[in-house]
Amino acid sequence: MTVEDRELDQVAMTRAEYERLVKMIGRVPTEVELGIVGALWSEHCGYKHSRSLFHHFPTEGVDVLTKVGEENAGAVDLGDGWCAVFKMESHNHPSAIEPYQGAATGVGGILRDIFAMGMRPIALLDSLRFGPLTDATNRYLFNGVVAGIGGYGNCIGVPTVGGEVQFDESYSGNPLVNAMCVGVGRTEHLLSASAGGPGNPLVLVGADTGRDGIHGATFASVELDESADERRPAVQVVNPFLEKLLLEACVELAEGHGDWIVGLQDLGAAGLTSSTVEAAARAGTGVEIDVALVPRRERQMTAYEVMLSESQERMLVIPKREHLDDVLQLFRRWEIRADVIGAVTGDGMVTVRDGDEIVAHLPVDVPTDPPMYPPKGIRPTEIDHWQAENLEDVPDLLDPEAALLRLLADTNIASRRFIYRQYDHQVLNNTVIKPGGDAAVLRVKGSRKGVAVTTDCNARFVGLEPRVGAAIAVAEAARNVVATGARPVAVTDCLNFGNPEKVSVAYQLEQAVLGIADACRALGTPVVSGNASLYNETPDGQILPTPGIGMLGVIDDIQQVIGAKPKAGDLLFVVGATLEQDVSSLAGSQYLTSKLGRLAGRPVLDLEHEVAVQRFVLDMHKRGLLSAAHDCSDGGLAIAVSEMCLASHIGIEAGDIDLGTRMDAALFGESQSRFVLAVHSESEALQLEAQADTVDIPITLVGTMTGSRIRLGDIDVHLDEAELVYSSGLEKALAG
Amino acid sequence: MRAAVAVFPGTWSDRDCEWALQQVGIVSRRVWHRDVPSFDRDELVVLPGGFSYGDYLRCGAIARFSPLMAAVRDHATAGGLVIGICNGFQILCEAGLLPGVLMRNSSLEFRCQDSLLRPESRISPFTDHLDPSSFLRIPVSHGEGNYYVDDVTLHDLEAEDRVAFRYVDAQGNLTSEANPNGSRNNIAGILNEHGNILGMMPHPERACEALLGNEDGNAIWQSVLSSIGSD
Repeated sequence: MTVEDRELDQVAMTRAEYERLVKMIGRVPTEVELGIVGALWSEHCGYKHSRSLFHHFPTEGVDVLTKVGEENAGAVDLGDGWCAVFKMESHNHPSAIEPYQGAATGVGGILRDIFAMGMRPIALLDSLRFGPLTDATNRYLFNGVVAGIGGYGNCIGVPTVGGEVQFDESYSGNPLVNAMCVGVGRTEHLLSASAGGPGNPLVLVGADTGRDGIHGATFASVELDESADERRPAVQVVNPFLEKLLLEACVELAEGHGDWIVGLQDLGAAGLTSSTVEAAARAGTGVEIDVALVPRRERQMTAYEVMLSESQERMLVIPKREHLDDVLQLFRRWEIRADVIGAVTGDGMVTVRDGDEIVAHLPVDVPTDPPMYPPKGIRPTEIDHWQAENLEDVPDLLDPEAALLRLLADTNIASRRFIYRQYDHQVLNNTVIKPGGDAAVLRVKGSRKGVAVTTDCNARFVGLEPRVGAAIAVAEAARNVVATGARPVAVTDCLNFGNPEKVSVAYQLEQAVLGIADACRALGTPVVSGNASLYNETPDGQILPTPGIGMLGVIDDIQQVIGAKPKAGDLLFVVGATLEQDVSSLAGSQYLTSKLGRLAGRPVLDLEHEVAVQRFVLDMHKRGLLSAAHDCSDGGLAIAVSEMCLASHIGIEAGDIDLGTRMDAALFGESQSRFVLAVHSESEALQLEAQADTVDIPITLVGTMTGSRIRLGDIDVHLDEAELVYSSGLEKALAG
Repeated sequence: MRAAVAVFPGTWSDRDCEWALQQVGIVSRRVWHRDVPSFDRDELVVLPGGFSYGDYLRCGAIARFSPLMAAVRDHATAGGLVIGICNGFQILCEAGLLPGVLMRNSSLEFRCQDSLLRPESRISPFTDHLDPSSFLRIPVSHGEGNYYVDDVTLHDLEAEDRVAFRYVDAQGNLTSEANPNGSRNNIAGILNEHGNILGMMPHPERACEALLGNEDGNAIWQSVLSSIGSD
């Protein structure tokens, strides 16, 4: 009766967990049962190490329409009967060994999560991390991931409108690929993912089932080692064309015939296993599946393989009995295969048969009750070591112009146009603010509204002080949304960390969750969906803690949206902090990190102040005072101002500003809660200053948009020179 | 006038075309490729962008066998107007309704960006009301838009005024920088010999609204309306 270690390793189950399972069911599990439970108890599906922390997140709000974790994605009310659903999910491990397919399946999976809820996907975003492009393997991974994201999104016809990419040594060999999708529709068309009503059939639609992706969920839950390449069969192969048909059929079902079905669920990690078990668990029912009825693309697949296959582009539909034929016909009209593979039962069991033979028979609440391991963190000593560094000892810069040009060319700051021109970012005719600014803004057709969407996380800040850094990620995401004139509404998160069984990682994870919770509470943006990706480690070490934040904001009148492109003659102000900056503002900045080649300093965030500044900026939007707005973050004020100049092809005259005692801090420091705002006229400038004074928000005039040179303190650079390094920075690095 | 927008499996610009046509007052219907329609003689038939059948083979190579294409051929033969945009252009070439092929972009990468088009031809309702000195800013979004045709056919196309648009720089020059895909002689769109079939890679339906920052594409539909009449 003893199970082999090898069998347990295959499903990443420990012997103690196996014994827990035996105790729960009172017998030795069958092979299929072990596979089912192993997959759903994996970190990827069961969140063993992170689940205990989720109660910290604020998850409710007036605009929130879903209970977190109960549906495929979170839904928020946009008003006037419209709603938006969104979610971000990781596809890190597959992308590390097969970058094109790994990234493409990540996009395909997150799209299904959105249209499973009956909403039409209108935007994709991607938050990416790689090791430095000086390394050929990292370049290969980067090129493959970018091609995979484009390959899927371009083919299926959903625009890729935003995201971010950052480079750091810690991601070498363990890139992060987090894909986010946003869908919109009428609130009455929202679908659920539950398998209610015993006797209702289970219908599998879409692709045939193959051996691809078996143990994908397990693979995502272990560290990458030298044998990772052998895991390539655990990565699936995409068919975005088929998914386009699925998308249209599901949206048609939701919009026209929502009453035909009780549930719609996508097949993602752990395939048929997780989709059926989770749908049954939500409804408090059971399911019976006959694997012999599952259409296959390979011969002689075992029941185990069918249940655990992660073949892409499949959905589970649970129609009402009386509408089975209607549903089958709808999918077949879209030229999609649809087969009944089982039924909802009332016995609370998951029963799997292979023809006449019963191969699994488990209570639904066994696989859905994974063990929980609350992280036990100890603060890593290096944090205090980094923070103890006296930044006063760093000599101030002598040549600010050279520093600006270096930063503009830095792969972490340079223009992302090289990437997003490979993505269709316009299809569907909704993209009002295109990639390259702060948040992307999409119009919601049929309404006056728009949604602003962004992803953010400066992992350097999280590494330096996890709780503060994670809060900064939320605050910065909100700032990006606010810059366009949208009101931040809700958050999805993607918790990318190393091995949580290590106390230092456990500390980062705990603290980051608390930091997200702090900021979400302060900003009134509940967490409505999310995902955790742990074990992001290679033999060389763990990644910087990277709790990616996806934020959605709402703009009530889309005509009021503004970008980060000032016009000639506009006056630029920095608000939220004084122009002069203390040397401590260099903590974790791109400037300092590049200069020292390591992390140093202690990032700080005053959430109360952050909220006040954001409220002020939104108020100025509402008054119609602003002609442009830009978040001041990576690279500090000098980069924010330069980006605005480059976006509008207009220079700035700000040669006479007082930068105080530390030029480096004033120009390139990255203190939080700052915006650069543009107004058209002197009278608007006076109003802006007066308004800021009444609410005690620091405001300083930077200069006037004019000419073709960036003149900022001692910096005096022609726009063409700045444009050249900024636009070619990424491409040059990729050339190796 | 009215329009019929074709929907193949994998088409994604159908709704955008419908939306853009609506901006200039043209009512359209979407037609699923299996529901073989008969088009009205004065109906504008639109083959929109997308990845028909996934374009896993050559782009448009499967869609040309679709039942809908027989009806499109009949419509065109009878002198009806047909426009193929992006994938629609590829399908028209594969179907032999327009000469040439669309190869992979010379950069070997997908490109989504604005392009500047110089209207060239006077022989077609799609272009005869356009001002050749007023360039249109229209986005491209494709991986395979590199128009290739043999020397003899190229000569005929140019001699017969059948090049509808060329990619140009702001001064109107045919530079390689202005050409997003490496097409021969910077060709962005071509016409059949009667001028009633237009195939073009750029997406005029995406340049249809001030809110999206670009209305240049409407000029093409307006040209059709001016030529044919708006009833």
